[in-house]
Amino acid sequence: MSRALSFHLGLIAVLLVLQFVLPAYHHGNLARVMVLAVYAMGYNIMFGYTGLLSLGHAMFFTAGMYGMGMSVRLWEMPVGVAFVLGVVIAAVFSLIVGLLALRTIGVAFMIVTLMFSQAVFLTILYFNPVTRGDEGFVIPQPVRQIAGIDLSDATNRYFAALILFSVCLLAVLALVRSPTGRVLIAIRENEERARMLGYDTWAHKLGAVVMSGTMAGAAGAAYGALFGSVGASFAEVPFSILPLLYVLLGGPGTVIGPFVGTLFMFYLRDLSSTLTDAHMLVAGVVLILLTLYARRGIMGLIRERWLKWLP
Amino acid sequence: MEFGPHLILAMLEGLVQASVLTLTALGLSLVFGVMRVVNVAHGEFFMLGAVFAYGVASWLGGNPAVGFVAALIIAPLLVGVLAVACDWLILRRLDYDPERTIVATIGMLYVIQQVTLMTYGPDAHPVTPPFNHRLAIPWVAFTDTGLEVYFPWGLSTTSYKLFVVFAAIVAGLGIWLLMARSKLGLILRATQLDRETAQAFGIPVERVYAFVFGLGAALAALGAVLVVPIQQAHYLMGGDPLLLSFIVVIIGGLGSLRGTVVAAILIGMSDGIISVFFSPTLAKILATLLVAMVLVYRPQGLFGAKPA
Repeated sequence: MSRALSFHLGLIAVLLVLQFVLPAYHHGNLARVMVLAVYAMGYNIMFGYTGLLSLGHAMFFTAGMYGMGMSVRLWEMPVGVAFVLGVVIAAVFSLIVGLLALRTIGVAFMIVTLMFSQAVFLTILYFNPVTRGDEGFVIPQPVRQIAGIDLSDATNRYFAALILFSVCLLAVLALVRSPTGRVLIAIRENEERARMLGYDTWAHKLGAVVMSGTMAGAAGAAYGALFGSVGASFAEVPFSILPLLYVLLGGPGTVIGPFVGTLFMFYLRDLSSTLTDAHMLVAGVVLILLTLYARRGIMGLIRERWLKWLP
Repeated sequence: MEFGPHLILAMLEGLVQASVLTLTALGLSLVFGVMRVVNVAHGEFFMLGAVFAYGVASWLGGNPAVGFVAALIIAPLLVGVLAVACDWLILRRLDYDPERTIVATIGMLYVIQQVTLMTYGPDAHPVTPPFNHRLAIPWVAFTDTGLEVYFPWGLSTTSYKLFVVFAAIVAGLGIWLLMARSKLGLILRATQLDRETAQAFGIPVERVYAFVFGLGAALAALGAVLVVPIQQAHYLMGGDPLLLSFIVVIIGGLGSLRGTVVAAILIGMSDGIISVFFSPTLAKILATLLVAMVLVYRPQGLFGAKPA
């Protein structure tokens, strides 16, 4: 077993142990952080590894969330099936978005993703009678169970979040150490050169968008299933900025970075909420400071200084 | 309800919206054109213009005309100075790298918005217009005695709204004069064309950038001061102008000022008209999708020339 693999398995083991020792409040927080970290890890595949900056990732999150939520609400599907459906919808949706948006590069790509995401948000508002628009809807507690396991119970919820998180963490680890992952990094570093070497960069970028969108969709579907709320606020622009913030803080292009960033940001916001209600102020200040002084993020700095082998 | 008079009303409303949008989008377009910076905080400069206008007007009190004229001068100036400071402290240090500046301006967006929330508060405040006469909209109808002019009941606009259109035209002409006919405009265009050559010819590019960033923000603030007697000042009011300006700048062709003006009038008018007859949300969905498609299939904009 390689160093990198044991490092990440170690993280999962620590999270497993924490389940039994954490006080209730932090226990609940950590379950939420893990689901949001899955969202950020998906984002990291595109931004951190492939160098594609998306400003509209909330659309993939919402595709999963509403794909899951609407199937429960309208067709009374069991949550497990609805979750899978939500992930599939997010995958198909990210394929369509990727096919269109990847025709652009650079700033235009960022704006196209922003516009698509905004269109998704407005569409949810427009179909207010079906989606309940801004208010959103609650997935009732009795429905939130898979194979008889109640997902609204704190322990079960933590385990469900941990399973999803572990699967995604190991999947990203496997991806970035595979030949495909190497090509993605090559595209980030120099797309022209990667193409010259004979790699189909367009297909690889499309693959990155689909993987990234699907993972974000899985996070969205899980968020709805575990915490019971589905709403249009998850489709708004600030929610697209959050994974960017998490990844920049934790370290773009590191497997563990998105989790570290999410954890830090979550508690920073928690601490600042005692001082002010304007919680996005912290996000703004951190974004500016990161771009000015710490482009590599926390794990990026640690990799540079001490752990050179960190994937 | 007759269709004709309502269409005229919708077009007038659209024209007011188009005027404000033209100024805001011109600011965004100028910043993108000269500096190649996508300023996501542009909507917040707009919002600050409105909030400062309220601040100035309520601080002076007394005659609304005095307060309004003072706001018209002071608010854009303050916002411009603030933007220059942002450029000097943040953007310059990022060396205007496109990706990093976009992230930094997102940060600026939240800082400005949330600081406004903490100081100005979550409530919306109005500014009294300097003058506000009700003007009925005339319409002609065929009667037994031939053509007759009459005023459909309840359909009116105000003198202030017409002033907004007039003021926007004046400001737009001012920008055109600045860019096309002045020494400063020549310097701006030279920097836009080729930053390095401009620098080699002794143009202080960094100072030009700071000036352009301030001017762009001041234009947004000017649009906001004009609109604040019609629409109240609120800390979240920057979202819509930002989105619409983006749409306008992209449809008009990134960095082309003439395209921006044409697109602003087109988008402002059609948004106004669609919003009167259909749902405003539907209008916005169509506009955002249109923009995405323009960027995908015609990146030089609908009016821009194809790059060589």
